[in-house]
Amino acid sequence: MSFITKPKIVHPSMPRNALGLTVRDYEGGMSTLCAGCGHDSVTSALVQAAFELDVEPHRMAKLSGIGCSSKTPAYFLKQSHGFNSVHGRMPSVATGANAANRELLYVGVSGDGDSLSIGMGQFVHAMRRNLDMLYVIENNGVYGLTKGQFSASADIGSTAKKGDSNEQPPIDPCELALSLGCGYVARSFSGDKAQLVPLLKGAMKHRGFALVDVISPCVTFNDHEGSTKSYQFTRDHYHPAILADYIAPSQEIRAEYEKGAAMPVVLHDGSQIVLRKTDPDYDPTDLAGAFAYLQKQSAEHEHVTGLLYVNEEGQEMHALNHTVDAPLNGLDYDRLCPGSEALATLQENFR
Amino acid sequence: MSAGPRDNDFTIKIANVNGTGSASANALLMKVFFRMGIPVVGKNYFPSNIQGLPTWYEIRVSEAGHLARSGRIDLMVAMNAETYQKDLLEVAPGGFLIYDSTWPRHKILSRDDITILGVPLARMCNENFPTARSRVLMKNVAYVGVVAALLDLDLQVIRSSLEKTFAAKANLIEANQTAIDLGYQYAKENFSCPLAYAAKASDKTADHIMIDGNTAAALGCVYAGATVAAWYPITPSTSVMDGFKSLCERYRRDPETGERNFAIIQAEDELSAIGMVLGASWNGARAFTSTSGPGVSLMNEFLGYGYFTEIPAVLINVQRCGPSTGMPTRTQQSDIMACAYASHGDTRHVLLFPANPEECFYMAVAAFDLAERLQTPVIMLTDLDVGMNDWMIPDLKWDDNFVPDRGKIMTAAEVEAAGEFHRYLDSDGDGIPYRTLPGVHPRAAYFTRGSGHNMHGAYTEDAREYQEVVDRLRRKWETAKQFVPKPAVNFTEKHRTGIISVGGCDDAVQESRERLRESGIGMNYLRVKAFPFSDEVQEFLDAHDRIYVVEQNRDAQLRGLLLLETRVTQDKLVPVLHYDGLPITADSILEIINPDLQKGEAA
Repeated sequence: MSFITKPKIVHPSMPRNALGLTVRDYEGGMSTLCAGCGHDSVTSALVQAAFELDVEPHRMAKLSGIGCSSKTPAYFLKQSHGFNSVHGRMPSVATGANAANRELLYVGVSGDGDSLSIGMGQFVHAMRRNLDMLYVIENNGVYGLTKGQFSASADIGSTAKKGDSNEQPPIDPCELALSLGCGYVARSFSGDKAQLVPLLKGAMKHRGFALVDVISPCVTFNDHEGSTKSYQFTRDHYHPAILADYIAPSQEIRAEYEKGAAMPVVLHDGSQIVLRKTDPDYDPTDLAGAFAYLQKQSAEHEHVTGLLYVNEEGQEMHALNHTVDAPLNGLDYDRLCPGSEALATLQENFR
Repeated sequence: MSAGPRDNDFTIKIANVNGTGSASANALLMKVFFRMGIPVVGKNYFPSNIQGLPTWYEIRVSEAGHLARSGRIDLMVAMNAETYQKDLLEVAPGGFLIYDSTWPRHKILSRDDITILGVPLARMCNENFPTARSRVLMKNVAYVGVVAALLDLDLQVIRSSLEKTFAAKANLIEANQTAIDLGYQYAKENFSCPLAYAAKASDKTADHIMIDGNTAAALGCVYAGATVAAWYPITPSTSVMDGFKSLCERYRRDPETGERNFAIIQAEDELSAIGMVLGASWNGARAFTSTSGPGVSLMNEFLGYGYFTEIPAVLINVQRCGPSTGMPTRTQQSDIMACAYASHGDTRHVLLFPANPEECFYMAVAAFDLAERLQTPVIMLTDLDVGMNDWMIPDLKWDDNFVPDRGKIMTAAEVEAAGEFHRYLDSDGDGIPYRTLPGVHPRAAYFTRGSGHNMHGAYTEDAREYQEVVDRLRRKWETAKQFVPKPAVNFTEKHRTGIISVGGCDDAVQESRERLRESGIGMNYLRVKAFPFSDEVQEFLDAHDRIYVVEQNRDAQLRGLLLLETRVTQDKLVPVLHYDGLPITADSILEIINPDLQKGEAA
C-alpha cells in the first residue's frame, strides 16, 4: 500500500451494482508498481469483475505470495481481509483458510516465479486438491523485484534486458493445470480487459480451482525486443481461441450470437459462461484436444488465450472431504468436544 | 511362595525381527502386568524399516512405579538370531535368557553368569499351526506363555486379555490360547517355575490407563476443539494424526449423513502443512500440525511469519534423534533451541514440554488456548519416548464446564460499535492486539503481511514504526510468562543443590532423586514446563549454589536457553546429558551427579 491515501471520489452518475456499491468501493490502496505495469491492469480487471458480480467486499479473502504480483492484493477490495504470505506458499494458506470457512470467495494472486519456481509444489497440489478458489498468475517471464532474472515461464530463445538468452524450456501453467485435471483453465492478456473480466468472473463462480494465467508484461525488465512477454510480442502473437461472456443466472443469453458459434456452460449456481469460438476446431470441454491445441500453438509461438478448458463436474476439496456445510470456524464448541462421559468410556480401551 | 525382594521389580526385553507380528504379543505381555495391578512401562526400540531389521521391546515392571527405562535387563527373550550375541551380553548377571532351541546355538554363544533357557518355539508351532504365517506369528505368542510360567503370570488375566484383544475375531482367541499353552506347559515341564522373582498381583494400577503420548496429544486436540489439521507423515509424529483422525471419525462425524465437522489435510510437505495451519487459524479455526525435527526445519520460515503477523498456530513436535535425518526411530530432546528461536530475524516462540502422555493431553488443550490468547505459534515438544511408548498414567479427566479461550477476537457487533479497527494496536497495554476474522464485517478488514508493518497494519519501512511493532512483540512475550504453565517444583530451603530437567526426563530424575535420598543426599527439583521461563524458574536458579541440568541432547540446549534467558551464571549449571537415542535412565544421571558430588566433597 502506498504512503499516499487514495482519495475516494464518487461521481453521482457512477453506476451502482445490486449492492448499491460503485466500482470505487472495490478498489484498494494506491499501487506502488511501475507506471504501465501489466499487473495494475489485472488489478483493475479484478475490481471490475467483483463489482459486476455484486461480491460483498468483506466476503472475499485475498491471498498472495511474494513478488510484484503478490503486492497487488493491497490494491483492490480494501474491505477484504488480505494475506500476503511467504514466497511460493500462498496455496497452502489458501487451503487452510478455505478449510476453516468454505463460504468466502478466495482470490489468490501469484506470479510466475512464485508459482512456477519456488512455489511449484504448492501450486500443483492446490490444483490436485481442487481447492475452491480463483488463482491468478500474473505472468511476465521475469523476476522484477530482484531486477531482471529469467523466470521458469521464459520461452527458449527469449532474451533478458541485459542480453542473456534463455535456453531452458518454459513451464506453461495452463498445460500443467490441464494435466492435473483443473476444471477451469484460462489464459488472457493484461492488455485485453474485455477478454479478461469475463474470464475472472467465470473463475470466481467456478466451484473448484480456477486458474487464470495472465500475460502481464513487465515494463521495466521484460518489455524489450527479444522478450516473448512484451506488450508488442503479445499483441503480435495473440491468439484468442475462445471468447467468454459471463451470464448471471437472472440474465437472458443475448440473441446476437450466431447459431452454432455460442456454447453455453452452466456453472454450479445457475449462471453461465457463453463461449464464442474463433477457431471452429477448438472444443474447450475436450481435455486431450485442449492439451494438443496448446502444444501446437505454443510451438508456433502463439499465446493462445481464452477459456481453454472447463469442466463443472469436478468435486472440490470439501465435497471430497464430506465436510459439513456450515463453516468449520463457526461450529459451536459443544459440537466439537466429546465431553467427560465419552472420555471415561474411551479410556476403558486403554486398561 | 512368599514375596521376594525382586518380585514386581524387573525388566524383560524381547528381541524380535521387525515385521513378524511381535508387537501384539509384546503388548499383550505388558498389558498382563498392568491388569494384574502392577505398574509397568513398555518401550519399543524399533528400526526405521518395514520388515527384516532387528527390533526390541522392553517391559519394566516396577511395584514402586518407576517408569523410566531401567537400563538393566533381567529376562531376555532372544528371538532374533542376528542379534543373539549382543542380546546375550546385555543380560544382567544372575539374569535369564530364553531362546528358540529349535536350532541349537553355538557353544561360544553362552555365559556362565546367567541362566539360559531353550524352548523349541518354532518346532512346537510348526507342529500345531497349519500355515506359514500363523507359525511365525504364534511363535511370538508362545514365548508369552513361557514368560507366564517363569514369572507366574495370572492365566485368567491372559485369557481375558486375549478375549478383549480379539473380541471381533473369535477364532484367533483359541489359536493364541493354544500358543500360550504350548509355551506355558513346556516351561512348567522343563524349568523350575517361577524364577527367583515373579509377578505378584497388586493394586497400583487402579484408575490408571496405558497410553502413548501421541494418542493422548491427539485426544487433547479433539477436546480443544481443533477442526483443521494439516500434516506430512514423519516418524515419530505420524501417530498423532492417525490418532486424531480415528478419534474424529468416532466423535466428529454425523452418523446419518457421514458429514465431517473437521478437515484433515495431508499436505505435500511440511512447508505446506504449517501454511495450512496458519491459513486456517487466521480464518478462525483451531488448527494444528504434528511433525518431527526435519519437518520443523522446513517450517521455519512460516513460523517466523506466524510470530511476526501474530497468527495462532499449534505445532506438536515429537522429537527424534538429529542432526539431519539422524535416527528417526530413536529419541532425543534436541530441538529445544531450534524451536525456541525458529526462523530468521528476532523471533521467539512459546514452547510447552509435557513429561508424559498425561501432560500431552492437558498441554495440547492448553496449547490452543495459549496460541489464541497470545496470537502466536505454540510448539509442544514431546519426544519419541513420550510420544510412541506406552506409559501408565492416571485416568484423564475432563471438566464439562471448560470454555476455550479464543483470545481477543472482535465480533461483528464489536467492530460495529468500535467504528474502526486497527490490527496491531496495543489497546490493553499487554502487548496483545485485537484481531478480526475474515468475512465478519466490512470494516473489520486488515492486511496480514510478513513485511514491515506499522501498528495499524499498513506496510512500512519507517524506522520508528517498525521498531514500535517489534518492541510491542517483546512486551507480548513478557505477558506470555503469566499465561504459560508454571514449572513443577520440589523445594525445601535446606537444600542448596538442585536439579532442573525437562519433559520425558522426569521419571528418570525422580528415580535418581529417590536413590540419592537413600544415600542421604537431598536435592531440590524443578521441571520446566514452558518457555518463556516464568519467574519461578529464576527464583529456583537464585536459590541454589549448584544445579544439575538434566536433558537428552549433546549440546545442553536447555542449559543454554537458561543461560540466555535468565540471570544465572555458567558455573552454577552442571550439564547432565544423555543423547544416545535410547530413553534416559536414572543410572545415566547418577553416573554424572555422583562423581561431581564426590569431587565437591573432596574440594
